Amino acid sequence: MSLLEVSDLHVRVADREILNGVNLEVNPGEIHAIMGPNGSGKSTLTNTIAGQEGYIVENGDLRLNGTNLVELEPEERSYAGLFLAFQYPVEIPGVTNMEFLKTAVDSHRKQRGETALSSVEFIKNMRALVTKLDFNPEFLKRGVNESFSGGEKKRNEILQMLCLDPKVALLDETDSGLDIDALQVVAKGINEFRDSNNAVVLVTHYQRLLNHVVPDYVHVLLNGTIVKSGDASLALDLERMGYAWLEQDSGP
Amino acid sequence: MSNNIATTPEELISKEYTAGFVTDIETETLPPGLSEEVVREISRKKAEPEWLTEWRLDALRRWEKMEEPTWAHVKFPPIDYQAISYFAAPKGDKPKSLDEVDPELLRTYKKLGIPLHEQKILAGVEEEPSQPRVAVDAVFDSVSITTTFKETLKEHGVVFCSFSEAVQSHPDLVKKYLGSVVPKTDNFYAALNSAVFSDGSFVYVPKGVRCPMELSTYFRINAENTGQFERTLIIADEGSYVSYLEGCTAPMRDENQLHAAVVELIALDDAQIKYSTVQNWYPGDENGVGGIYNFVTKRGTCRGARSHISWTQVETGSAITWKYPSVILRGDDSIGEFYSVALTNNRQQADTGTKMTHIGRNTKSTIISKGISAGHSSNAYRGLVRMNPGARDARNYTQCDSLLIGSECAAHTFPYIESRRQDAIVEHEATTTRVSDDQLFMCRQRGIEPEKAVSMIVNGFCRDVFRELPMEFAVEASKLLEVSLEGAVG
Repeated sequence: MSLLEVSDLHVRVADREILNGVNLEVNPGEIHAIMGPNGSGKSTLTNTIAGQEGYIVENGDLRLNGTNLVELEPEERSYAGLFLAFQYPVEIPGVTNMEFLKTAVDSHRKQRGETALSSVEFIKNMRALVTKLDFNPEFLKRGVNESFSGGEKKRNEILQMLCLDPKVALLDETDSGLDIDALQVVAKGINEFRDSNNAVVLVTHYQRLLNHVVPDYVHVLLNGTIVKSGDASLALDLERMGYAWLEQDSGP
Repeated sequence: MSNNIATTPEELISKEYTAGFVTDIETETLPPGLSEEVVREISRKKAEPEWLTEWRLDALRRWEKMEEPTWAHVKFPPIDYQAISYFAAPKGDKPKSLDEVDPELLRTYKKLGIPLHEQKILAGVEEEPSQPRVAVDAVFDSVSITTTFKETLKEHGVVFCSFSEAVQSHPDLVKKYLGSVVPKTDNFYAALNSAVFSDGSFVYVPKGVRCPMELSTYFRINAENTGQFERTLIIADEGSYVSYLEGCTAPMRDENQLHAAVVELIALDDAQIKYSTVQNWYPGDENGVGGIYNFVTKRGTCRGARSHISWTQVETGSAITWKYPSVILRGDDSIGEFYSVALTNNRQQADTGTKMTHIGRNTKSTIISKGISAGHSSNAYRGLVRMNPGARDARNYTQCDSLLIGSECAAHTFPYIESRRQDAIVEHEATTTRVSDDQLFMCRQRGIEPEKAVSMIVNGFCRDVFRELPMEFAVEASKLLEVSLEGAVG
């Protein structure tokens, strides 16, 4: 059984149809990259899978590990093993990263019928994780994304991903706006996370992250449908030729 | 989501306000109405000296000529002051020890989590060792039931007792300071209080003494159709320190009940008073029926040089809050602080803030106000910073933040600055933010349920104020916010 299954997905936002029949199948151990020009529906796809309000599924199916996601609340999708790294992570002033992460991890543990970790234990785990990712431990004491740089916010998403250890991680332009060093840290985090039981879906504009995290499949999303799928070499073609040559194929 | 939101009214109410029960106890109540005779009767019940009876009567006469203030940003139908009973007390003589206290009352305080038994240091069986020692004065309707740790405090020379008791045991102090910070005619509600005040707490910390434990008063309104009019007086003599906390709850009733208290603080040279309030009066139901009208006058005076008064308040209860804990900075180099979290939900209304009056040289004041509005509530910050001509090099810093939850609530800020000095530095910062859908979605995506997410966001917003509360009360306050926010998202 595939981990994530998107079939014939039609999504409307307000009165605009953004996705019209997306199909995607992600199996354990795989990395998928979704590319496409601005406005093609990439973020709509990830937000819909995560259950963001306002993204209305008109038709089609969304399954994670066989569970139908469409009727689930966002937190229930999280418990089912779905993670979304946001394109624009928001700030929660006054709530420390440590507190936020512990609350999230404890909620997940509670769902699994496990007791909450003691603060000491949790802090120990977090310190180890932060060191492994080359983050400054001070990071944990700061308010969630509060006056973080763009790069720090993205790193923070990766930290949350590793903490929650999801089945499927959707990364929405996590590479945008990163300098070379930050890009490598993010790539290291993704490679640290991936194993044969989970899967990663990267939404990206650029080839450069894919140099560090090599995808098994690359899909091109254009005008609300996937118009082409291929292996890692497709990303190189796109980098060279842009999307115009695909545009003709997907004309109305 | 249906699993974490109350579905029945009973569930909602029991979740929202756990202190809303009534204690079934025989009460001696004066019939409703206010007159000279009622004031004399209250004074007689307390066996007060002649001067105090006259003081009350003078207040009553002046009050009769005053009018209710209308400038606050709150709305309520006219109050019939003749329909209120001005005195209610559990029947019988005042108990001399805890053994004489009606078991029903003891159960009440146990249910509210207020320790009336002094924790034994040695061989404590019931006591949790981690619990800090706090001395409690328990005021039930119009009288004080008991005050704990009096003997321990006495060893340090600290006087902590009910106001009525202080009138008997320390008449000179009472006479000297009563009304010295909040004059009888200060405002309508203060005048009313001065005429009919019943019990409250009295604290005197002698020169150079650092009070060895937290002092606290727990106010409970129980009787129906009564008002609570307590009077608290705290005097910190030269070089002393005291930290004091008050808490308040009341049963759930469909009628509004009036609570008009007066608190006066006096800090002499080098003295420090920290006054914290966790106010959780019954706020009324989700349609705005019932609840306490909390019309309170609180003021401290930094009378001595280098004295320091700080007010910290967490206001989550009451149908209407009208309250401005203030500091008069008379002594040179004195410091006044006001840290406030005011949360309104459903149909609650709050108009609260502070007044910092700088008189002495080099006086400093800090105001941090966090207003949180949810439901259909209205929350206003009102503050005045006044720099008098003699206040050389005075400084004030004000930070005033509002957080909105949902789209039906309102937040207002009314900052007033009156500066008569060129060299005064007055800073004011204000922000208004909303708990955004993006914040909520981010939390939920990480597995944090919406109500938990909102309370976490609100707690983060209040962090600067919670830091000022004594540790154990900070935890309490944070829990209280969570409870008060139940049903704020849906």
